Amino acid sequence: MPLKNTSTRFGLVNVILHWGVALAILGLFGLGYYMVDLSYYDPWYRTAPHIHRSIGILLLLVMVFRLFWRLVNPTPEPLPSHQRWERFAAHLTHGVLYLLIFVALVSGYLISTADGSAIRVFNWFEVPSLTGRVRGMEEIAGDIHYWSTWALVALALLHALAAIKHHMFDRDETLRRMCGLAPRS
Amino acid sequence: MKKRWLVSAVAAMALSSGVQADDGAGVYAFDKEGSHQFVMFKISHLGYSWLYGRFNEFEGQFSFDAENPAASSVNVTINTDSVDSNHAERDKHLRSEDFLFVDEFPQATFQSKRITIDEDGDEADIVGDLTLRGVTREVTLEAELIGHGEDPWGGYRMGFEAETELELADFGIPMDLGPVSQTVEMIISIEGVRQ
Repeated sequence: MPLKNTSTRFGLVNVILHWGVALAILGLFGLGYYMVDLSYYDPWYRTAPHIHRSIGILLLLVMVFRLFWRLVNPTPEPLPSHQRWERFAAHLTHGVLYLLIFVALVSGYLISTADGSAIRVFNWFEVPSLTGRVRGMEEIAGDIHYWSTWALVALALLHALAAIKHHMFDRDETLRRMCGLAPRS
Repeated sequence: MKKRWLVSAVAAMALSSGVQADDGAGVYAFDKEGSHQFVMFKISHLGYSWLYGRFNEFEGQFSFDAENPAASSVNVTINTDSVDSNHAERDKHLRSEDFLFVDEFPQATFQSKRITIDEDGDEADIVGDLTLRGVTREVTLEAELIGHGEDPWGGYRMGFEAETELELADFGIPMDLGPVSQTVEMIISIEGVRQ
């Protein structure tokens, strides 16, 4: 598998980005869902949010790189068997997925930095607050974070179901291609 | 020399008689505009330290009856979403259903019912109804009159500080902060401007 995309195949970097981001998003969602109901004396009460914040910031950096990688790589052509409406629906979904990922990540950042404090990423480095203290921003950012993450996971589910449909029922190369596999002959 | 002393003495007498003539009776609004008003809370963290927070938005009035202090009254209305413990994530948690549930219960109120003044006249037990998180319970504020008198800008001011202790569970707050953090101390420190 080449590192870069070609007009018919995804390169290794793109494959790793796609599945790595997918794993990180599901992990962050699950961790977030779990951590907000932890009891105060739970050993994870402080650790789980620390991991959640740290991975969130790292994912934001990865997503910025992913956009850059998208710009400097050709996007493989849609499969000829795909209908026009399928291409349109797929592109729309991809666009909204990107948007929701950024909204979710930025709103999460704004919750933790609404009091002007920095986010420590695994004790490796700190990301400072860009806004300084904004009274009540954590509430607005919190609502946006909640709804954008639910919307993101719901849309990702649709995206996954569509991929499975193409693989199982249409028996085309959509999912195999995203895994970097050579076409079935 | 003697004359000047006389002038000072007369001035002092006039001043003191002026204060005595005004016993401070009247209706006062909390000085919200100048922010000479504070509602704070204090709760033990793990038994190792105190956590302080405050409510930034509230208003209130009191009436002070100099002849019969027991007939005085006070009421306070607090916007619960203005809770501020200087930590955004914690404040967000405090506003949630685990604590204040501000979406459902945006205001907390206190309305005095009866007041008992001590012998010196500068301390009082203020019994009243506190409504917090939708639960109304009778609480007693231990209040101290800090002082009163004319301000430099033509008004008349009177200030109190009062304290009470609340059990979180009494007001339906479900979050368990541990065995030594079941009780929160509320402190209200206000200055009223006579209307």
